[in-house]
Amino acid sequence: MNDFSLWDILRNLLLALRWTVVLSLIAFVGGGLVGGLLLFLRLRAGKWLDRAIGTYVQLFQGTPLLMQLFLAYFGIALMGVEVSAWTAATVALTLYTSAFLTEIWRGCVASIPKGQWEASGSLALTFGEQMRHVILPQAVKIATAPTVGFLVQVVKGTALASVIGFVELTKAGSMISNATFQPFVVFSCVALMYFALCFPISLFAKHLERKTHVRRA
Amino acid sequence: MSAVLDPSASTTVAASDAGGAHVAAGAPIVQITALRKSYGTNEVLKGIDLTVKRGEVIAIIGKSGSGKSTLLRCINGLEVFQEGSLSVDNKPLLHESAMAMRELRQRVGMIFQGFNLFPHLTVGKNVMLAPTLVKKRGQVEAAAQARKLLARVGLAEKFDAMPDQLSGGQQQRVAIARALAMEPAVLLCDEITSALDPELVGEVLRVVESLADEGMTLLMVTHEMSFARKVGDRVIFMHQGRVHEMGPPAELFSNPQTPELKQFLSSLHD
Repeated sequence: MNDFSLWDILRNLLLALRWTVVLSLIAFVGGGLVGGLLLFLRLRAGKWLDRAIGTYVQLFQGTPLLMQLFLAYFGIALMGVEVSAWTAATVALTLYTSAFLTEIWRGCVASIPKGQWEASGSLALTFGEQMRHVILPQAVKIATAPTVGFLVQVVKGTALASVIGFVELTKAGSMISNATFQPFVVFSCVALMYFALCFPISLFAKHLERKTHVRRA
Repeated sequence: MSAVLDPSASTTVAASDAGGAHVAAGAPIVQITALRKSYGTNEVLKGIDLTVKRGEVIAIIGKSGSGKSTLLRCINGLEVFQEGSLSVDNKPLLHESAMAMRELRQRVGMIFQGFNLFPHLTVGKNVMLAPTLVKKRGQVEAAAQARKLLARVGLAEKFDAMPDQLSGGQQQRVAIARALAMEPAVLLCDEITSALDPELVGEVLRVVESLADEGMTLLMVTHEMSFARKVGDRVIFMHQGRVHEMGPPAELFSNPQTPELKQFLSSLHD
């Protein structure tokens, strides 16, 4: 019965790990771009748009990512558009990540003292110049740690993409465990791989945090 | 400090500025007519009329909540007013027009109670930022100007320092240099010594005084009555959103006409 070596297990998991990494990157990049755009709109726009984006954020923060994936996969299909698991996962992860990132970043921008806006404004800087040269350089320092911290959550969140048939690390793990009847070994390996992915990111966040703290002191 | 006290060592910023050069001395530079401003139902400025001549030094005094800071902040558009008109150098203040606001703000410098230096930039870059962005000045030229201005406020050696390495008085002097770098025709000072330790007030006031001596138009909200008396051409006493009493400092301080000003002045001596 037991003709799977540890290497067979690891090899197949590593192949599936690629898709976890790709999904994470899609979420980072897509979520970062959309989140950045929403942040910009929110700072510029009037009350109405600000509220709309606020609702968007509440919606995605207040519902499980699992439901969002389901809805993206089956919901869009209901409208008559055939969606692949790829598209559904990309849409859901991007929207989910953007909602969190835009809220994190908005908080960071809001934490910059009002005097910085007033001083740069009274020096005749435009909104874009204020953002680029005065507000963002300071906000980015504050935002780095919570942003990277959230990205770790996203890496683990990609596991949920298995529910719409995506064979990433977690799904591959359960498939292999069904074949090998060695769930403990398989899922230990899966856990280790997630750790190997997330731990460096956390270390990086700590490093950045320490660096900005030293510069602030 | 010698650079501050010796006028010959300083660059004449106010007199040579291109923005206001066509305005003759004594001509009105700030004109405020029937200005009204309210926050919701709370009216804080109840019809202000004020004309400031070029080169004039105006001290605005009054209790907190009298609207003096709000008035000052209306002049460069940091506060939006609902009624009346305001112009600087004959350029009307139009809140809706980003272009007009940018024009106006190049003519009006402002110095804040809390300094508001950009903490992530060196002292030199703080001074250079606006000229390079707004006036499209080259790095070399802007740096040279920044060094000159920092020397003028007695901080030549701090060009590469970070703001948080400076004392409050030094930070405020950098803020003055930063405002001067835009070569404004009018400088607004909003309680600029209120956040300073007493021993640091003098160094900032000396810089402001030297600016006044050079002919810079100054509007300052201040609690330093002796300074207002010494440097001011005119003192404005604000009370409940109105210009309650106005006149030359010698007259206003020694012979106040209204009971409110009398009470305000006597409360300072308690």
